[in-house]
Order: sequence, then structure tokens, then C-alpha cells
Amino acid sequence: MTLALLRGAIAAAIVAAAIPGSDAAAQELTAAEQKGLDIALEARERRLGFGNFTARQNMLLRNKRGQESQRELRVKVMEVDGDGDMSLFVFDEPRDVQGTAFLIHAHKDKGDDQWLYLPALKRVKRISSGNRSGSFMGSEFAYEDMTPPEVEKFTYRHLRDEPCGELTCTVVERNPTDERSGYSRQTVWRDTEELRIWKVEYFDRKNAHLKTLNLDGYERHLDRFWQAGQMDMVNHLTGKSTTLTWTDYVFQGELDAGDFTQAGLRRAR
Amino acid sequence: MTDSPPANEHGTGEPGSAALVRYTEALLARPWLVVAVTALSMLILSAGAVSIGVTNDHRVLFDERNPQLLAYQALEATYTESDTALIAVAPDEGSVFSQEALGLIEALTESGWQTPHSIRVDSLTNYNHSESSGDDLIVGPLVEDAQALDDDGVARIEEIALNTPETVGRLVSADGRVGAVVITFALPENPDAAVIETTDHLHGVLDDYRSAYPQISLHVTGDVLMNRAFADATRDDLEKLTPIVFAVIVLVTIAILRSLLATVAVVVTLIFTINTTMGFAGWVGTVFNPVNAGVPLIVLTIAVADSIHIVSGTMTGLARGLTRHEAIIRSIRDNAYPVLLTSITTSLAFLTLNASEAPPFRVLGNLVAFGVLCAFVFSMTLLPAVLALLPLRGRERADWRFLARLANFVIARRVTLVWTMSLLTVVLIAGAWRPDFTDNWTTYFDDRYEFRRDTDFVVENLTGLESWEYSLDSGVEGGITDPEYLRAVDGFAGWLREQPEVSHVQAFPDIMKRLNKNMHGDDPAYYRLPDDGELAAQYLLLYELSLPFGNDLNDRLDVAKSSTRLTAMARGGLTASQQRDFDVRAQDWLQANAPDLASPATGFTITFAHLSQRNIESMLQATILAMGGISIILLLVLKSWRLGLISLVPNYIPAAMSFGVWGYLVGQVGLAGSVMTAVAFGIVVDDTTHFLTKYRRVRNAGHSSADAVRATFAETGRALWTTTAILVAGFLVFASSGFEVSWTLGVLVAITLALALVADFLLLPPLLMALDRRKT
Repeated sequence: MTLALLRGAIAAAIVAAAIPGSDAAAQELTAAEQKGLDIALEARERRLGFGNFTARQNMLLRNKRGQESQRELRVKVMEVDGDGDMSLFVFDEPRDVQGTAFLIHAHKDKGDDQWLYLPALKRVKRISSGNRSGSFMGSEFAYEDMTPPEVEKFTYRHLRDEPCGELTCTVVERNPTDERSGYSRQTVWRDTEELRIWKVEYFDRKNAHLKTLNLDGYERHLDRFWQAGQMDMVNHLTGKSTTLTWTDYVFQGELDAGDFTQAGLRRAR
Repeated sequence: MTDSPPANEHGTGEPGSAALVRYTEALLARPWLVVAVTALSMLILSAGAVSIGVTNDHRVLFDERNPQLLAYQALEATYTESDTALIAVAPDEGSVFSQEALGLIEALTESGWQTPHSIRVDSLTNYNHSESSGDDLIVGPLVEDAQALDDDGVARIEEIALNTPETVGRLVSADGRVGAVVITFALPENPDAAVIETTDHLHGVLDDYRSAYPQISLHVTGDVLMNRAFADATRDDLEKLTPIVFAVIVLVTIAILRSLLATVAVVVTLIFTINTTMGFAGWVGTVFNPVNAGVPLIVLTIAVADSIHIVSGTMTGLARGLTRHEAIIRSIRDNAYPVLLTSITTSLAFLTLNASEAPPFRVLGNLVAFGVLCAFVFSMTLLPAVLALLPLRGRERADWRFLARLANFVIARRVTLVWTMSLLTVVLIAGAWRPDFTDNWTTYFDDRYEFRRDTDFVVENLTGLESWEYSLDSGVEGGITDPEYLRAVDGFAGWLREQPEVSHVQAFPDIMKRLNKNMHGDDPAYYRLPDDGELAAQYLLLYELSLPFGNDLNDRLDVAKSSTRLTAMARGGLTASQQRDFDVRAQDWLQANAPDLASPATGFTITFAHLSQRNIESMLQATILAMGGISIILLLVLKSWRLGLISLVPNYIPAAMSFGVWGYLVGQVGLAGSVMTAVAFGIVVDDTTHFLTKYRRVRNAGHSSADAVRATFAETGRALWTTTAILVAGFLVFASSGFEVSWTLGVLVAITLALALVADFLLLPPLLMALDRRKT
């Protein structure tokens, strides 16, 4: 653990240097803030080097009446040195959007780039909204809820450690730095052993408890990378919920950066 | 009054007289014990009053099995909750298209997000405008940082806002003078505290902005605000009107009895009655709302009659030189029977309110019925004991010469009276077909409530607030982007827009048309539905991925994308029947043009539009049943078919007449109208009962019907006039409520009681003299 903490501290120093104007802020971090940031950096550290992966996603949407609807997607993710990941979603269900593909270039220091390929129009459209917290395909997930966010897009504060099931969890509050985010804060439960996220509580801009995400079915890939198999999101205000199931993980397959370009997007299907 | 037979001498013939005398004697032997025992029971029961609740949830008006309410709840569960608040921003000069006004709307939009329980905010500034630029689809709020806009920027926004069907008539008025922020809330299951919290917060925010922007006026309405007005009105009625009614009753009682001590006895009995009733209400877990907040008023008003009959009987006895005990015993002996009878008939009439569709009326009926029986019990126990303890002195009262003159007049002009009264009755009842039964939440409260003033402003200047909500189901998962479905919905929306009743239509195909235009380089020629279903689905996916937090389409589309919600806003001032008829026409159109989509309108408005009608249907049967039952009781009591049948006339006619008066003068009646007959009938019957039992007694003693009328006038006239005066005064105080259902009920009942008095003195006696010709 000492090695990990040391690595975290180094990473923190690098981050602090990388964000303009954050030096002063970094120096004023309280112990709790420092610890929160360290945990986030450490978690990122453990994810580094996965290269790429592909997986299938199934989304099960439920409304208050119990009415259900499914979405099927394939997802490809590629790690980018020194910047956010590139992700490609290909929609299989519902049928009328089959073959539609969504490409995201996440960035550490600016808004993400997003494109959508519409097979019926045979055209790629760029989405200029910079929006990450809107509903993803009508589900209770925002795009930013499904993927590990960039460490730089939040500030952190360690709250406490507490038992969670058979594990011990460290509880960290994170606040988005983007004023346009739909959230005022999130509370994240990670186990102290592997820093896997087990639960996230989302609070809206007036600080009301909006949603809760529970994660389960963790599996280790390549002996290193933990991925949840099931993510359950409940919206407490509307009573709607979505279950996101991940299957068929393949790490470090035959992907190249060309798949994550606008040209690659057209070929994606 | 020497020509009048001494009616009291005939009292001994009543059933159980001897037992009553023994009972009263026993009571008067230990008055303090009686006071102690009744006080103890009263205290135990009234302790329950602390657990009385007040609710502001308008849904209490509806039975939980009400089909319109169930449909509305299903709509909310499929899409999103639709409790809303609408803030209208109206600059005193010019339009909302200025840096200042747009900046205020922007700030209010952000405040909307900060309002407790809000889940969505739609405003002129955060409306997600979409446009294309090369291969980019740009989706963003119509206004961002209004303060930094230049004149061209403002002009561009004005151009877009006033030409987009999704905004104009909903988020901005067609003339551009008023803009809107609509906040949607998800309120908890029991919304009482949340409504107070939310509305307090909103009013606080608006007051702050009002002082910062004195030249822009702000108005706020919506169903959440209505709920708040509900709570305020309940409290106003309970806390302000009840003491007024009490004071009125005390004053009238002093005027009638002309004795402070006698009034004390009446007031003590009243306090016992009201405390016990309200305590009982608490014990059974009553939650008050504006509809039944009148319970204490009604109980006070009705209950006072029992004590007045007994106290004035006692005073008369004292004046004739009887001792206090003799006077009390005689008064109880004479009055116990009619008072019991009237208590039973009144309770029965109020119990019929259990048939009402609106649960608060059931509560009102049961509590008043309980209160009336309470009043009887205390009048038979506590009241004689208190009278025995007070140093009452009899005072010779001058008889009302007026009553004697009235009796002579009625007897002399009986034929003319029968005809003129019949004519008047027919003319008035003809108006009873005029009132239109309508419940409209936008007019439930009068001008004294800010809610009403703001609502009127919004309806006049921005948009109607009532709407028909349609959930249009394609029947197929993902079917909402099917071109045929889109065309059908668009056709329906187009038809709706042509209807004079409709001010704005929010329909899903408009979004598809706009996206189709965006996808073709914003060429206006492409502002039409895409021909290809897959293309439409992919446009929609693209658009949904672009929408920010809180502005998604989840309130317009179901999760399976199989149905969409269409909202047609109504113009202000429609009656419930117009609203219902409109939906019938809409259903006809759907049946003819898109039969697969046909499904009745639902929503807040339509649920209210059906409320009165459903209530009338359920109340009608119960009222007829109760009238029948009470008439049979009267027949048994009067032991005469003839008298029993004649009694129907003054019992039934007043309610019909007052509906007629209402029909001529006002024209619209809501929930109150549907229960008025039951409420008024129970009270009106009392007068007839008192009148006819006295009349029969004199008649049975062998006097002519004219003599019996004269005696009855002298004997009961004063009591009937005075109790009617109290009742009319009490219900008129009730009528000063700012809540429509209460004031309508108050006015209608007051008119009915006044007409009943007229009928009892001007119509009933001539009828008796004409029809009751038997020799005795």
C-alpha cells in the first residue's frame, strides 16, 4: 500500500502541474481533500495500461408502472496516452437504430468531442453540446455515469471508511468542476482492497438525492483490471430505473486508433 | 292572542311523556353531577382534536377508484410527474426580448433548479434550440448569458422564439410581452410539507427578484400553487370563519332570548357540542381540506336550534309563572320529541353524503351527523342541568303581533297565495335547468388569493392553464418514429390547433420536423416529417444524445418509445361540459382518422371536468333515497297520509327553487351544487316537522285548520323565524369563504333556507287549509 500511495502522490504532483492555475489550489488542499484526490489518482493508476477492450452492453429500462424496454450496444474503448479514453458505441437494439454508432473522444482539459454516424443518412454528424449528464438513450444513465470519469473533472473530499458487506469501503465525495454538470456532488464507495466502485449516490444541483448506482458482478481481466458486470441505476425522484449489464469483455484485442476516427465510425457497424 | 288555543296543554299526548318527566326530574335533582359527567365525556373526546390534520393535496377531492384519477396517475407513471409551477415574466414596458428581461428569465430558470423537489425546468431561455452548421448538429439553450447579448443577438432570439411552435404560446406569448419558466416537480406521496416548502421557497425567490427588477412583474401559478391555496383556504376557513360564525350565533341568540344568562346556557351547550365533534374528528383521524373545513361552522349553526327550542320553551314557562324546575320539565316534555325527530332526519340527510364521489364530503356528512346527534344529547342532559343552575327569571315577552297579522293575512288570502306561490315556484324552478355543472381549478379561489390573481393574469396574457393530455400509443416498441404514426399524430395536432378551444399544442412530431430541417442544412422546405422510419429513429437518437440534464424527452416519450404524450392547452373560461364535449369531438376525430390512437383525454383538467358530473350521479340516487326515507319517517310521525304528502311540498320545493335562482343569477355551479340538496334538505325538514307536529296537535284537539294554522304561527313562528335567521346568517358567513365550493354551498343553502321559511309560512298553510278538510 505504501508503494501505491507514493505513486499516487507522484501522480498528484504531475496533475497539479498539468492543470494551469491549480498550483495554489493544490497547496491549500485539506487532509481530507488530499486523501480523496489520492484515492481517485490511485484508482486511475490501477486502470492504466489496459490498452483497449470490447464488451457488450444490455440496458433494461423500467418506468414507474413496471413497463420495460431493452437496448443492446457494443462498446469499444481505447486508452490514449496523456488524454481521456476514446469510446465507440454501436447500437444493435432497438432495430430502427441498428448500426448507428457513437464516438467519443474524452478530454482532460476541455469538452469531449462526440460524433454520431446515422446509417439511414449515411452521414456522420458532430454533436456540439458538450453535454455529458443528459439521459443516455432515454435511460437513467448519463454517458458520464457509465464510464470512469477523468480525475481532473472533479474535486474530492474523503469522508470516512466504513464496512460494506464483507469489505471495508472508503467513502469519497466528489464535486464536478464543470458548472454545466447536472450534479452538485457524488458520493462514491470504493473497497479499500481493489478500489472497485460499489455504490455512487448522485445529488442534483439543489443537492437533493437524485439517483443511486449500485455495481456488482465484478470480474478481474488480465489478472489486473476489475470490471463490474452489472450496474443498477435508480432515479429516486421519478421512480424510473435502468439495469446495465456488461458481457463478453475482451481486453487488448485487435483494435487500432483508426477505428476511433470519423472514417472508422462509418465502418463500425 | 286569546283566540289561539293554549297549545302546550296538548303536549301531554306525546309518546313517553311521563317517562320524560321522570327523567328530567331525576336530572334536575343532581345538576352538578350531570354537568360533571358531561364535562368529563366532553374533555375525553375533545382531547382527540390535537391530532386533526390539514391537507393541501387536491387529490383528496377524488375517490381512489376514480377512473379519471387512475388514468391520470397512469399517465404520470408512464411519462413524468406533472405537478408544475409556471412563472410568468412580464415587463411593464415593451417585450421580454431585452437583455434585462431575458437575463431575469435565465436567473429564474436557475432558481427553478434550486427549488425543492424540482425535476425539470423549461423556460424561454433554456429551450433547446437546434440548428445545423455543416455536419454539426448544434443543440443548446436558446439564451446563454443574456447580459452579454447585443441587439442583433436579441433580435435573433426573438425571431426564433416567436416562430417556433414549441415555444410560442407556451414559453412566450405570441406578442412577445410575456415569457415563462415552467418548473416540474416530483412531490412525495404525502405532499403536504413539500407543497408548503416549495411554494414558500418560490415566493421568497420571486420577492427578491421583484425588488431587484421593479419594472418587471412576476406572476406564479400552476397546480402546486393551487395546492398551497387549498391549504391557505382551509386554514382561513377554520381559523377565521369559525369565530365569526360563533359570534354571530351568540349575538342572534341574545337578540332572540333577550337574556344573557339564557344565552350562556346555549353557548355552553354549543361549546360542548363543537369540542366533542372536533375531538371525535381527531380520534377518527380526520384530515381537513377546504371542502370539509366548514364542519365546525355547519355544526355550530345547526346545533344551536336544539338549545334555542328548549331554552325559549323554558323562558316561556317562567314567564307564565312556573318555577324554574317546572318550566324546564315542561319544555323538555314538549320539545324532546320534535328535537329528537329533527336531529334524526338532519343526521340522515347528512349521512347520505357518504354516497358522494368526493371523499371530503363523506367526512363532512359523517361529522355533521355526529355533531347533530351530540347537540341532541347535550340538549337533553347538560342544557337542562345548566338551566337549573342559572338564576333565570321569566320575563313577560310581548307576542310578535307580526305573526298574528301574518296568520290572518295567510288565512284571508289563501287562494291567491296558493296560485301566486305556485306560479313563483314554477318560474324559479324553470331556472334550475340553467346551471352548468363545472369544476375549474383555476377559479376555485377568489381574488383575495394571490393564486387567483396570478392565474387570471397568465390565462389572459400568456397561455391557458388547463389541458387535455393524450397518451398516443403506437402499439409497437419503437413505433413512435414510424412515419405513419407520426403523420397520424401530426394530423391530430393539426386538427387540435384549428379548434377554437385550443390555445397551444405540444406534440412530438414537431420535434421530428425541426430535426429533419436541421439535417437538411436548416432548409425551411424540409420542415416536415421524415419519410423513413429508421431515419426518424436515428434523428431522435442523435437529438436525445444532445440534450442536457433535465431537458430530456422522458416527459414526452415512454421508455419503450411506443407512445408519446400530446398536450393540448385550453383557452381560459371553458366550462366542464365544454371540456368534456371537446374530448368527445377529439375522440370522434381520432375514430374517423386514426382509430388505433384513440384514447380518452386525461390529466388534471379532465379529472376535474368529470368530478361534478360523477358526484351528481352518485349523490342523486342517495339524495332521493334519503328524501324517501325521511318522508316515510314524517308520515309515521304525523300518522296521516294527507299531512305526510303535503309535507313533501315545502320540503322539496325550496332546493329546486334555489337552483333556479342560481341558474338565473350565476349560471355555473360546481361540486357544492351536487351536495347542496342533501345538506339543505336535512335542515329544511326540521322547520316542516316543527310546523306540522304543532299543527296536527291543535287539529287533533278538534280545531279547524284555520285555527290550527293560527295557533301554529303563534306557537312555533318565533322559533322558526329565529332558527332560520341563525342558519341563514351562519351559512352566509360560510359563503364569505374565498373557496368556491364553500361559498357556493353557503349561498345556496342560505337561499334554500330562506325560501323554505317563505314556503312554510306562505305556501304550506294555504295548502293545509285547502287540502286538510277532514272533520275532527
